Amino acid sequence: MAEHSGGFLKSLEDFSTNVSPIDFVLIAQHYDLFLQGVVNTIALVVLSLVIGGVLSVPLAVARAYRTPVANQIIWAYVYVFRGTPLLVQTYLIYYGLGQFEIIRDSALWPFLREAWWCALIAFVLNTAAYTTEIFRGAIEAIPWGEIEAAKACGMSPWTRVRRVILPSAFRRALPMYSNEVIFMLHGSVVASTVTIVDILGAGRTLNAKYYLAYEGFIAAAVIYMILVFLISRGFKTWEKRWHAHLRPREI
Amino acid sequence: MAETAPASNGAQPALVAEDIHKSFGDLEVLKGVSITAHEGDVIAVLGSSGSGKSTFLRCVNLLETPNAGTITVSGETIRLKPDGHGGLAAEDPRQIQRIRTRLAMVFQGFNLWSHMTALENVIEAPVHVLKVPKAEAVERAEAILQKVGVYEHRAYYPAHMSGGQQQRVAIARALAMEPAVMLFDEPTSALDPELVGEVLRVIRKLAEEGRTMIVVTHEMGFAKEVSSETIFLHQGRIEEQGPPQDVFNNPRSERFRQFLAGNLK
Repeated sequence: MAEHSGGFLKSLEDFSTNVSPIDFVLIAQHYDLFLQGVVNTIALVVLSLVIGGVLSVPLAVARAYRTPVANQIIWAYVYVFRGTPLLVQTYLIYYGLGQFEIIRDSALWPFLREAWWCALIAFVLNTAAYTTEIFRGAIEAIPWGEIEAAKACGMSPWTRVRRVILPSAFRRALPMYSNEVIFMLHGSVVASTVTIVDILGAGRTLNAKYYLAYEGFIAAAVIYMILVFLISRGFKTWEKRWHAHLRPREI
Repeated sequence: MAETAPASNGAQPALVAEDIHKSFGDLEVLKGVSITAHEGDVIAVLGSSGSGKSTFLRCVNLLETPNAGTITVSGETIRLKPDGHGGLAAEDPRQIQRIRTRLAMVFQGFNLWSHMTALENVIEAPVHVLKVPKAEAVERAEAILQKVGVYEHRAYYPAHMSGGQQQRVAIARALAMEPAVMLFDEPTSALDPELVGEVLRVIRKLAEEGRTMIVVTHEMGFAKEVSSETIFLHQGRIEEQGPPQDVFNNPRSERFRQFLAGNLK
């Protein structure tokens, strides 16, 4: 252990390692490990939410409009990805795809052999499936009269989607989507099972190294809680802004 | 757009709907209804519920696809083709979109876009369909909102307004398109009795300005006083048609007499 100059710090370290049930100093000493975990988790979650979210919009529109053929295919995709655990999906992509020679020989292999990319692909497909259902429901909940009004003033189908249907649906979907974001954050712990050092991965590393479960896992839990707190605060702010038309009038 | 709407001239009727037929499954709702609206006409369409009057109005701007018939707006006939389900659909979606901008509709249930304020509702189609510059659209919208008496509520969302206010915003939204013909689908039927007056006053004002309008309504007094032509629909056919003073004072059809007896209590 590093030499500390101050007596206060010395006694704190002494307390932490010998008296306290949790060794805070050990956690603090591995701050870079947790930092790496936070970066990995946030990168994976944000990227998968952004890509999955963008993918889900056309899928949800196609479902809501009962587009022939596409509707059934999207339904099956959503059913499979909502019907199976994210862990299984990640394993199938990470451990499964490499079994096929055609994939090992393909141009995608440099990506598909990396755990990080496999996790991202699994997360994107998973969140896109859930988000498709959220948006589909929100689109179908638009009062039919509002769509007729858009038709009656000469809007093209695309303008209707862009100006009336999606803005209304996104607002309505906000509370449900905030749940999806939190579930995705929690679901991202799956990354730690395929060698990625995410937040839980940092905790696991600590546990493996020192055989100290509390230090690593409590630190991870606290970090997840802080992130969830920030996410819910963010959505609360957005809801305040975008749900003004659903709240009673403020006088 | 490749085609432009022909300029309307006085001689040309603003709207001609000829021999409109419409069935829902086996139920024939319209059995050949024709009307002609010249510029400045106010046509009141009366009829008991189920007579097909709303369906007729919705066929005019193709919110319902008629099974047969022709529709001509300011001399331009909507090109129709079979839709594969026994009805007719617009052959060219662009044409019907363009013609719909000339046929503004006011609905029974207002149908304002709930996530937009009153002002945003009124400028939406001018800006995003007619491509009017936003500043100009706002200026015009504010003048129209002033005219229909809801300028003070321009920043309100629909849910924060009374039914009468919402319907006046909906009328403003229709007016902002500067349409050739305004279609009113029972504009006061969803309103509390004490709110009916404020909406009827606005529609009456528009009639006095010489706007061409087709008003499907249950308001006998309004039809009698404001319309230039009153039409009574019964079981999908026009039973009675003419200037309101003739129609109301000397009804020729027995059914219309019964209808009047039932409604003018």
